[in-house]
Amino acid sequence: MSVLLDRHTRVICQGFTGKQGTFHSEQMIAYGTSFVGGVTPGKGGQTHLNRPVFNAVADAVEQEGAEATVIFVPPRFAADAIIEAAVAGIQLICCITEGIPVQDMLRVKQQIADIDCRLIGPNCPGIITPGEAKIGIMPGHIHLPGRVGVISRSGTLTYEAVAQLTSTGLGQSTCIGMGGDPIHGMDFIDALKLFEADDQTEGVVMIGEIGGADEENAAEYIRDHACKPVVAFIAGATAPKGKRMGHAGAIISGGKGTAEAKFMALESAGVAIEHNPTLLGQRMLELLK
Amino acid sequence: MNIHEYQAKALLAEFGVPVPRGQLALSVSDAVAAAKALGGDVWVVKAQIHAGGRGKAGGVRLCQSLDEVEIAATALLGSTLVTAQTGEAGKQVNRLYIEEGLDIASEFYLSLLVDRENESIAFVVSPDGGMDIEKVAADTPDRILTVPIAADEVSVQESSSMAALLGLSGDQVDDFHQLACQLHHMFRQTDGALLELNPLMLTSAGKLVALDAKFVVDDNAIYRQKAVADLRDLDEEDPREIEASQFGLNYIALDGHIGCMVNGAGLAMATMDIIQLKGDRPANFLDVGGGVTVDAVCEAFKLLFSDDHVKAVLVNIFGGIVRCDIIANGLIEAIKTHPMRVPVVMRLVGTNEEEGRAIVKDAGLDVRWADDLDQAAEFAVTASRGVGQ
Repeated sequence: MSVLLDRHTRVICQGFTGKQGTFHSEQMIAYGTSFVGGVTPGKGGQTHLNRPVFNAVADAVEQEGAEATVIFVPPRFAADAIIEAAVAGIQLICCITEGIPVQDMLRVKQQIADIDCRLIGPNCPGIITPGEAKIGIMPGHIHLPGRVGVISRSGTLTYEAVAQLTSTGLGQSTCIGMGGDPIHGMDFIDALKLFEADDQTEGVVMIGEIGGADEENAAEYIRDHACKPVVAFIAGATAPKGKRMGHAGAIISGGKGTAEAKFMALESAGVAIEHNPTLLGQRMLELLK
Repeated sequence: MNIHEYQAKALLAEFGVPVPRGQLALSVSDAVAAAKALGGDVWVVKAQIHAGGRGKAGGVRLCQSLDEVEIAATALLGSTLVTAQTGEAGKQVNRLYIEEGLDIASEFYLSLLVDRENESIAFVVSPDGGMDIEKVAADTPDRILTVPIAADEVSVQESSSMAALLGLSGDQVDDFHQLACQLHHMFRQTDGALLELNPLMLTSAGKLVALDAKFVVDDNAIYRQKAVADLRDLDEEDPREIEASQFGLNYIALDGHIGCMVNGAGLAMATMDIIQLKGDRPANFLDVGGGVTVDAVCEAFKLLFSDDHVKAVLVNIFGGIVRCDIIANGLIEAIKTHPMRVPVVMRLVGTNEEEGRAIVKDAGLDVRWADDLDQAAEFAVTASRGVGQ
C-alpha cells in the first residue's frame, strides 16, 4: 500500500497547456501516472499530449472521472483554481504554484473547509508514490519503492533525503511535499496519521524548517499517537531573525519558530532528531534494523 | 516589503485611523520649517529607518523649542543609528519625521498579523505599550491577548475582549471598536503581512492615536498593491540583495566566511546549517531558484567573488529543474570579469551533472569536487581556513 496516490489515481493538470504544465505533465505521464487530461480555460475540446483539454475542472471530473489535480496556474489565479477543483469534487489537490498572496490562501482555506478534499501545498514539489505515480515536479528517477514515508516543507531538501533513502536501499512508500508557505493544506500531522495507518510504511522522515509551529504541533501528535520511528531535520538553525529565508513561511518572527525550539520539541516527543541533513537515511537505517 | 513610519501613518490616516500631525524632513532647515508649520511648543523628531528599537538608540527626540528641533535634526540626519534590530553596522538616517507632541495618558501595544495557527487575520494587544513585546510575551503572558478575527469584519465581542484587557471604558470601548474595524479593513485592502502600533496611545483627552506605526506588505501581493510598492526605499536594503533580486536570485547577506550557492530554499538553509555544524559560518543565503539562467548564475558567482568576507565558495546543486550545465556555464562566464580569488568547492548532482562537470574541467578551472553535501561542507570549511592563515 501507499498513501493518497497510486497508479490508478486519475490525475489532471490545471494550467495544462502552459510551459510548466506541459513539461511536467509529460514527466508525470512518462513516470506511469494515470494522467487523464487537463484544464485550460478557452482551450476546451483541443487535444494536448494526446490527452483531452477541458475548459473547467467540472468537465474533467464528469467526462474522465478525474480524482486528483496538479495546479501550475500563475499566482494571481491559483487561489481560484484550488477552489474550482474542490468544488468540482476533486479529492486530491496539489498546488505547485509559488507566490500566492497569503490573504488569498486564507480565503481558500475558509472556502474549502467544509468540502471533502485534501490540499497539498501551495509552493510545494507535490506527491510521489515511487514505482506507481507522481503528481508534481520532483525528479522521479531518484526514488525507489520502499519502506519509509517522507513529509517535508522543502523541495530540493526532500530530494536530498530521498536520495539517501534510495542509496541505503530503504526506499520510500510515499513522499509528500507540504510546501513552504505559511498558510497551506496538509501538514505534518495529516501525513503522520496516514503513514501510521499504512502497512507499507515502517518509518517516517520529516523535514521541517524555521517559522510557524507545525513541527511543535507534530511533536505533540507523535508523543501521544505515533508508534513508527520518526527521523527529523529542521532547516534554518543558522537563519537570522526577521529575514524571510526564501520560503514565505520560513521566517523567525516574534522570537518564535526557531530551529532550536523545534528540535527540542521533537526530541522530547521521542523523535530521532538529526542536525546533519546528510545523515537522515543512515539514521533511519539504524532505527529500522 | 517594509515601509517607513511616516508612510505607514499616511496609509493609516487614509483609512480613518487617528495619527499625530507630522511632516517629512530631508534637511535641517526642512525640519525647523516643519516644526514651525505644525505649531505648538512640543515636537518629536523621529529618525526614519526600517528598524525598530529607535527610541532606545536615540533616534526619537523630544524637543521643546525650535532650537532643540534644529539640534536634534542636525545630530540625526546623516548619522548611523545602531538599534537592537539593525545589526552592528546600523542604518544611516536620511529622512526625519517631525511630529506634534501629544499628552500621553497610556501606551498600549497593538498589532495585526496573519495567524498561521488559526489561519486567519489576528489582533495581538497588550496594555504594556512601548515595550519589547517579545519580552512581555515571555515574562507576563497574561498581559497579552491574541484575537483571531473569524469573519470579514471585527465583531463587537472581539473588540470588547481587547478593550477590556487594555482597561478601556465608556466611549473608549466604542472608539476602540471603530479603530479595530478600520485597522482590519486597511490590513485586508493593502495585503498586510504585519501592522504594528507600538505604542497605540490614549491621550490625556481620552483619544486613541497611533503614536508609532510599522507596516509590512505581503511580497506576494505587491503586484496588486502598486501604491504601497511605490513607497519602497532602496536605501534601506542591502545593495547586494537588490542586485540579486533583479536577476531573480534569492540572496540574503550574512556575516560568515563561506559563500553559498544552492538551488531551493530548504536545501540552501540546510547547506548553511551544515557549514556551521562543521565549525564555520555562511557568508550568505543564496537560492538560485528553479528557472535559473546562465546570466543569473553568472551574477550570483560575481556577488560571491566580490564579497571580501568570502574565503571559500560552496556550490551545492541537486538538479531537478535546474540543470548542472547551466551552473557550470555561469561560472565560466563569471570568471571572465571576476577571477576565482578564493577556493571553490562544487557538488553537482542531478540533471546534466556529467555535462556540468565536463564544462568546468574542460575550462581547466581549479575547483574541488565533492561527492556529497557532507564532504562538500568539509572541503569548504578546510579551504576557508587555509585562506584565512
